[in-house]
Amino acid sequence: MTENILEINNLSVEVSGKIVLEDVNLKIAKGEVHVLFGPNGSGKSTLLMTIMGFPAYKVLSGEIIFKGRDITNLPINERVKLGINVAFQNPPAIRGVKLREIIGYWTSSIREIENLLKKVNFSPDLLDRDVNLGFSGGEIKKSEILQIMAQKGDFFMIDEPDSGVDVENLKIIGRAINDMLQDKSGLIITHQGYILRFINAHMAHVILQGTIVCSGSPTKILTQILTEGYGWCYKCPMRRKIEKRETKTNS
Amino acid sequence: MSNEKKNREERNEDKLLENFASRLSRKPRKWQACALSNLPDEIIKRAYEVGVVPEDSRAATYFQIDHSVISKAIQRTFQGQIEVMSTKEAMKKYDWFKKYWWRLISKDMDQFTRLAYLKWDHGYFIRILEDQKVTLPLQSCLFVFTDYLNQNVHNVVIAEPGSEAQIITGCAVHPNIHGGLHVGISEFYIKEDAKLTFTMIHAWNRNFDSRPRSAALIGDNATFVSNYLLFQPVKNLQMYPVAYCKGVNSRVEFNNIIYGSGDSHIDVGSKVILQNSEARGEIITRAIATDNAKIYARGLLQGEHEESRAHLECRGLLLSDRAMIYTIPELLAKAQGAELSHEAAVGKIAEEEIYYLMARGFSEKEAASLIVRGFMDVSIFGLPRDLEENIKRIVKATAERAL
Repeated sequence: MTENILEINNLSVEVSGKIVLEDVNLKIAKGEVHVLFGPNGSGKSTLLMTIMGFPAYKVLSGEIIFKGRDITNLPINERVKLGINVAFQNPPAIRGVKLREIIGYWTSSIREIENLLKKVNFSPDLLDRDVNLGFSGGEIKKSEILQIMAQKGDFFMIDEPDSGVDVENLKIIGRAINDMLQDKSGLIITHQGYILRFINAHMAHVILQGTIVCSGSPTKILTQILTEGYGWCYKCPMRRKIEKRETKTNS
Repeated sequence: MSNEKKNREERNEDKLLENFASRLSRKPRKWQACALSNLPDEIIKRAYEVGVVPEDSRAATYFQIDHSVISKAIQRTFQGQIEVMSTKEAMKKYDWFKKYWWRLISKDMDQFTRLAYLKWDHGYFIRILEDQKVTLPLQSCLFVFTDYLNQNVHNVVIAEPGSEAQIITGCAVHPNIHGGLHVGISEFYIKEDAKLTFTMIHAWNRNFDSRPRSAALIGDNATFVSNYLLFQPVKNLQMYPVAYCKGVNSRVEFNNIIYGSGDSHIDVGSKVILQNSEARGEIITRAIATDNAKIYARGLLQGEHEESRAHLECRGLLLSDRAMIYTIPELLAKAQGAELSHEAAVGKIAEEEIYYLMARGFSEKEAASLIVRGFMDVSIFGLPRDLEENIKRIVKATAERAL
């Protein structure tokens, strides 16, 4: 039997009094990379933030099991220690906090830092800049990937690594992620799926209105979304099945 | 002056002195001149906290304890490039010195300038000679050793045309003293094409009052950088240094990092007066208030020339609900075309920053400490490496204590 690194069971989440994830179920086996598709506001980033343990994302019901351990109520940094890492789409700029200090938390080896910098073609000068302050779109993506590479976890969540990145940088970032994911597990959010040219993903999921409605082959699902849009997902028999279930519950 | 007016002024002065004399001493013990290494350990240690290091690491050293001048040493390599002495000595030595005395600051500005005028306890005179680029920083220390002492220093710094230097000044009190008053009058003359970086670090204590009064006159193509750092509590500190950008293309930068703790009452600001074409000014202030501290962070940019420009940035971080930060940025344009701008923001530590760092593995406390440290980041000041390292160490300890 395949061992799951992450298991999410019947997860419902509220943010500022509004339910944003409902009855989400997701299993990612050890060594597998999954992709999460979904239109804007469907709950993709919310799912990542909840897995990471951000307090604003209040778990109403369900559980998050990581490496067999219930982490639903663990603080963020404890989840990091267990091996969960996240690369954010829009990380905050922090004045006076240097990227070097964050990387330095994980490694003090100059050689290791140099190697990591090389992998994402990142200028060493940026290490001494205030993290994310005045970084370009490409620099933010590279900085995020650089940080999670330094963290050396087992499970990587990457939020839209291909948005706002030019072709050259996409290639660099894509290769670095693929390299990082060797023998590791991951969950990647992507809109256009460009990053999938570089990453060998095992499974894709579509999230609509806070619920995972479809799971299957990444290539098949992406092709379908790109040709027919998410409208196709709403027509999907699986989606209709969920709606039927919801109506039954409500009545 | 009429006799009546003179008598009235004398009466006022007597009253002022009586008022200060009733609670402060003006009779400290006399200290003999000596090398810094011969000073008691607790003085050396405290002086180190405000950036003062052994003489051989600095181009020149001026050290004053209470009312006594301890050291005014210039390293051999820098002889002929700089002059360092007490202002009393300079007054005796040079006829022209009077031209620089009470010129930028009026002795009638307030009761503290009056006090310093009436009771003057040395202070340093530093002169960087024409076209001399002094590669090592100079340092001065104004130290208060005697309990409840009144120390009134009057300093004059002249950067002659084309010269460049960096001065580090530490003002500190002995750890055992309970109270006192330091009044520091400082007049800076940065002549054409000169560059002067002046870094002042204060370490008072919770019952000590401090009243620095500073002004700078900046000539054509000259630059004055003033860095001010305060990490220790103080009873009451009030200062509002002013820089007159009088020359064409004259520049001033004020960088202030103020950490208010305990019951400190801190009223600190910087004024930039732009008086010529291409004059530029910048004020950057970072204020952190914790415990019951009250910080007033002021700033005034005054544009008197149409081709002048200045910007003021003030950020405040409040670490306690009992503390207070009041930022008062002011812009005064007196000439069309003067470009003046300001931005000010006060708040608590942003949660999203904490969580971001926690997602990088830091604990909540470590993340907060890192953010507070970052808020007091001095890497942009261009300080000498040893001083920067020393300040980073102080900042780290301060941030940990704050949380």
